[in-house]
Amino acid sequence: MNIIVCIKQVPDAKDVRLDPKTNTMAREGVESIMNPFDRHALEEAVRLKEQHGGTVTVVSMGPPQAEAVLRDAVACGADEAVLVSDRAFAGADTWATTYTLGKAIEKVAPFDLILCGKQAIDGDTAQVGPGLAKRLNIPYVSYARKITGLVNGVLSLQRLMDDGYDEVEIPLPGLLTVVKEINEPRVPSLKGKMKAKKLSIKKFTATDIGADADSIGLPGSTTQVVKVFAPVFKGERAMLEGTVDEQVEQLLNKLEPYL
Amino acid sequence: MLRVDIEACIGCGVCEEECTFAAIEVIDGVAVVNEKCTLCGSCVDSCEAEALSIETKEKVVQADLSAWSGIMIFAEYRQGKVVPVSYELLGIGRQLADQQKVRLSAVLLGADLGEAAKDLIAYGADTVYQVDDPALEYFTDEIYGNILEDLALEKKPEVVLAGATAIGRSFIPLVATALATGLTADCTQLAIRPEDGVLLQTRPAFGGNIMATIECPHTRPQMATVRPRVMKAAPHDPQRKGEIINYKPQAERLQSKVKVLRNVLEEQDQVNITEGDIIVAGGRGLDNEKGFALIKQLADVVGGAVGASRAAVDSQWIAYPHQVGQTGKTVNPKLYIACGISGAIQHVVGMQSADTIVAINKDPHAPIFDVATYGIVGDLFEVVPKLIEKIKEKRG
Repeated sequence: MNIIVCIKQVPDAKDVRLDPKTNTMAREGVESIMNPFDRHALEEAVRLKEQHGGTVTVVSMGPPQAEAVLRDAVACGADEAVLVSDRAFAGADTWATTYTLGKAIEKVAPFDLILCGKQAIDGDTAQVGPGLAKRLNIPYVSYARKITGLVNGVLSLQRLMDDGYDEVEIPLPGLLTVVKEINEPRVPSLKGKMKAKKLSIKKFTATDIGADADSIGLPGSTTQVVKVFAPVFKGERAMLEGTVDEQVEQLLNKLEPYL
Repeated sequence: MLRVDIEACIGCGVCEEECTFAAIEVIDGVAVVNEKCTLCGSCVDSCEAEALSIETKEKVVQADLSAWSGIMIFAEYRQGKVVPVSYELLGIGRQLADQQKVRLSAVLLGADLGEAAKDLIAYGADTVYQVDDPALEYFTDEIYGNILEDLALEKKPEVVLAGATAIGRSFIPLVATALATGLTADCTQLAIRPEDGVLLQTRPAFGGNIMATIECPHTRPQMATVRPRVMKAAPHDPQRKGEIINYKPQAERLQSKVKVLRNVLEEQDQVNITEGDIIVAGGRGLDNEKGFALIKQLADVVGGAVGASRAAVDSQWIAYPHQVGQTGKTVNPKLYIACGISGAIQHVVGMQSADTIVAINKDPHAPIFDVATYGIVGDLFEVVPKLIEKIKEKRG
């Protein structure tokens, strides 16, 4: 089974802070990491390969430094890595991103399955997986939390829903987005690390994938960001002072209407 | 591309400060852009020397945007019930429709829909397009997507909204891609710019650290998923009049390659922290699982539900369905009591709209106090038991 895993390099969101006074993200110490959900997608791909044979190819669209997450993925069990990178891709929304990834994946190799993380922790859109499936005209299932079987090219799985889960079957080729519950990702092996160091990463530019210039990057995007700002909070911040007894007494008076 | 006019640039550094992404820097007196630039445009607005511009090609505008009119919402129906976010969509949809002086329609898909369409009218819909078909018993992206795509193409609404639920966030991207139009996920504010009818879609990103306002200027419909429990539902008026249209999709549009065999309800829907008036929530300050017993006691005394921060859930002190925040649930209770929660932004975005927020924390500098209506700096293991005792006392 040939599996493609889509991976994004993201700033570690838990470290990102916007200073409300300067409207600037705190820059120090914000690490670039593999999107955590994608790590679970990668792990699932490697497990499927170990069970059924085949290859795992990781694909990332991003700036040149996104190579780091591809090497990380190879260290964790991927066989091949493709970096889709071009200045012309800058400013892409999910519409332009799915076009670009779709074009790149058509160039990579025939595949049976594409795995993506549920969403990236920077944009939190969860739109690239389903959009990519549509671009490639293959079926998809979002929020896979457990793969339960593979029989005659049909994958059985559980899809996480708001009220429980659905038992679902999807014929391959198809695409899944995965949630964290699906597995516990492994740490890179020494052998994997060696391989990651040596592997030459395939690089695709806009020309290489035959992308239409009007469909990529900012010009190819259907949405535009018009404003970025720090969230504003309306807390009144009335601090209740005194001994614990006094504090609790004041609080009880304030909360009278609710109790 | 972000262009810097080096003649005009005075090297003042305002853009450098404005840039959220550390993508622009003044080097030798001139602004220089690096690869972190996301083309968000903040610097362009900030530049008094007008030295910055974003170069875009003239867009081929989709034939006549004005041919698209009306607001359409997707009304989610699951387990024999309209999902509450659908009423919230009707609430915001009604506002937008009234502002634009257009009609508000709802798309209702399912099997054995009963009186659900009437209910949607009572909550503000002018028209309900319903498909009541056994093929819709379970949710499949393909069939739901086909029908919404066909209806959008036929009815040409300027705006299509759906709930940012598991279902909405799964199939709406398929519809937007099929319609070759823009989609904004998980919006918390929506407004229409009166001058040109463009929908301004505001949403949190980077785990809630940043808010971004997004528009879809050149294509229609403008599509958004909307975070549950943020918009207010319109009042229920059983006298409201509207039309119910039974829409008949083509047979091949009711086929899905993905098959759903069954739906299994899990315990988590019984822990519905999004519905109560009072939530008592605990975080890292509880130290361990036993700490939650105290939270539970307080919740019982005030008749509230138990919530938790991500830190507490990650430490496995309490199950995920209790998690409040960007990666958990958004709640909107009348009273939210946060005990031992530092107030990381990712938590705060999930509870900031509570009417009254009480924060109890040891650390006077904890950011939770910035959103609190009332704050107590103190040891929660002293404050909370005292609070429980006094409430009990009061009630005799």
